[in-house]
Amino acid sequence: MSAREEVLGRVRAALADVAPQARAAVAPTAPRVPERPHHEVVDLFCERVADYRAVVERCAVDELGDRVAAALAGAARVVVPPGLADVALPPGLTVVVDGEPDVLGAAELDAVDAVVTAARVGIAETGTVVLDHAPDQGRRALTLVPDLHVCVVREEQVVADVPDALPLLDPARPLTWISGPSATSDIELSRVEGVHGPRTLHVLVVADREG
Amino acid sequence: MPAFPAAARVALADTQLRHNLAHATRTIRDKRAAVVGEVAQWEALRLAGAAVKESALLDLDRHLEQLEERLTAAGATVHWARDAEEACAVVAAVARAHGVDEVVKVKSMATAEIGLNEALAAEGIAAWETDLAELIVQLGGDLPSHILVPAIHRNRAEIREIFRREMAAAGRPAPDDLTDEPAVLAAAARAHLREKFLRAKVGVSGANFAVAESGTLVVVESEGNGRMCLTLPEVLVSVVGIEKVVPTWEALDPLLRLLPRSSTGERMNPYTSTWSGVTPGDGPQEVHVVLLDAGRTRALADEVGRQALRCIRCSACLNVCPVYERTGGHAYGSVYPGPIGAILNPLMKGVGQAGPEGAQTDSLPYASSLCGACFEVCPVRIDIPSVLVDLRAQVVDAHRGDRGVKGEAVAMRAAAWSFSDARRLAWAERASGVAGRVLTRLGRTTLPGGRRAAGRLPGPGAAWTGARDLPAPPRESFRAWWARTRPTQEDDR
Repeated sequence: MSAREEVLGRVRAALADVAPQARAAVAPTAPRVPERPHHEVVDLFCERVADYRAVVERCAVDELGDRVAAALAGAARVVVPPGLADVALPPGLTVVVDGEPDVLGAAELDAVDAVVTAARVGIAETGTVVLDHAPDQGRRALTLVPDLHVCVVREEQVVADVPDALPLLDPARPLTWISGPSATSDIELSRVEGVHGPRTLHVLVVADREG
Repeated sequence: MPAFPAAARVALADTQLRHNLAHATRTIRDKRAAVVGEVAQWEALRLAGAAVKESALLDLDRHLEQLEERLTAAGATVHWARDAEEACAVVAAVARAHGVDEVVKVKSMATAEIGLNEALAAEGIAAWETDLAELIVQLGGDLPSHILVPAIHRNRAEIREIFRREMAAAGRPAPDDLTDEPAVLAAAARAHLREKFLRAKVGVSGANFAVAESGTLVVVESEGNGRMCLTLPEVLVSVVGIEKVVPTWEALDPLLRLLPRSSTGERMNPYTSTWSGVTPGDGPQEVHVVLLDAGRTRALADEVGRQALRCIRCSACLNVCPVYERTGGHAYGSVYPGPIGAILNPLMKGVGQAGPEGAQTDSLPYASSLCGACFEVCPVRIDIPSVLVDLRAQVVDAHRGDRGVKGEAVAMRAAAWSFSDARRLAWAERASGVAGRVLTRLGRTTLPGGRRAAGRLPGPGAAWTGARDLPAPPRESFRAWWARTRPTQEDDR
């Protein structure tokens, strides 16, 4: 008998006592946070992201270029995903577009100082940015190897809590949920930022166009 | 590994260990309490989390078939493993097929449980642990002592020593000016491991959750070492316990809210990665998933104990357990220590087995004060005390046929004999009163409140009194007191 058949057979034998209606029972819905105005949700998002020792700044659309330039001060080589169209990068930087013409190898990425990406969803309650690695966010490695990650989140992308975010995300795509910079508490439980991922996370929250 | 009482006695004698543990468990407990307090309906969230996992388990065969189908459709190769050996063989075969002599690993309980590193080493393949705590444990030639913080038993000075002594042999040496500052130690680990991440061809991981409906695997972590292993290598092998399945994408909701708050005391862990099979142009282009049984179906067959398979490995039960806090994880003799280990190991391995390993497993359901703190804290409401009691009964049942006289059985039989007859009971009470009078005068210790107690008794009572005080019995039984005082009280009326 194959391992597959045997394991599935053992599972069925182990569940022989379970009545069919118990199998079909529906799980209770998890509670939601109370609804509140969207501007409060965005406020909470900024507060919670900052709580993770990430840098958080709010700005209007037309300020974005300057804010990105300021965030990248000190970086010499910057990588951007191919689809990051509406973010103007400051002159004087070496900007590499991943995949145009070649995708960067791990060692090449390691020689880059910073990365600028968009995001898919922001979660206020937990201070989380979710990337679904669409063309404006790039491959997973892009936001992992460089030491500084500048992430642009639009206010309308921010939702209240995890249950609001899940339906907006496609489980068939790779996703990366980011809550503050990389961190460890493995040594006497004292928190140290930046073990393996970016040591600095800089989140720019851009106001809605109409606002 | 010796049985729990023997191992615990050794651990209790280590004052450094007890100091490290007390500090660590208290710190995590406080952090957890603060972020759990933020959630208005924590109890409702626990109920939802428990229900999601329970419904997944009660329909496990269907979910596993669906998971396999979706993963395969997404370009992954699915393997099944009856036991640890089969799972290790799959990983080794994948590594061999790519001609590598090293793999990088994400911290994973399942791969620790099956002894993957040792199995790969026997094939000439080095498995590098990349979680900081696992690195400390691996370089120190040590065993993990906590599910979440495997090196919880080590302080910064010990870690510095391990890095200075062992890093060079495993790759990039520790810098000469290494201090015992946590940030400096973490930087040394970053430099040491980055070398390995950048050249690795094969990555190995576990999974925190596997979504049947979409064929999505989820890894929850903090440091980014998980993202490195899941993203940079060309080939990825994930060893996933069959109990990790959740039915739907939405079912992740309560679990992703419960896990970080319960484990590290954070609102959300720094990094969560999800992927389904192969993503063209992004990450590993060859993906294997090993669905692991290794005793899980045995646990599933136990009607009381199957709830233990809900466990999401948050380790909250360890941090509140008075037994764990004093003995640490090594005494449990398993990669799953603490209250959850005390039930998972007997459930997955089976009780009543012969030999020292069987005796060790059988000792685990007794490694508890049954105080219930673990049940109260468990985010998926595993009733650990009830499972412990049920397992104790199973251990006793398994040994009924054993040869030799057991003190406990003799005592129980004697109690049954005297309780079943009023005259015998009166006689026993008189005997106990005499013992009380003797003990009050000669008792070796005094309990809080002034009551005298016996220390270690000789003979069959030795095992019981070895770790407990036996309070002096009352000098007078209730019935004797009633007979003596009743007439007086009636005179008062």
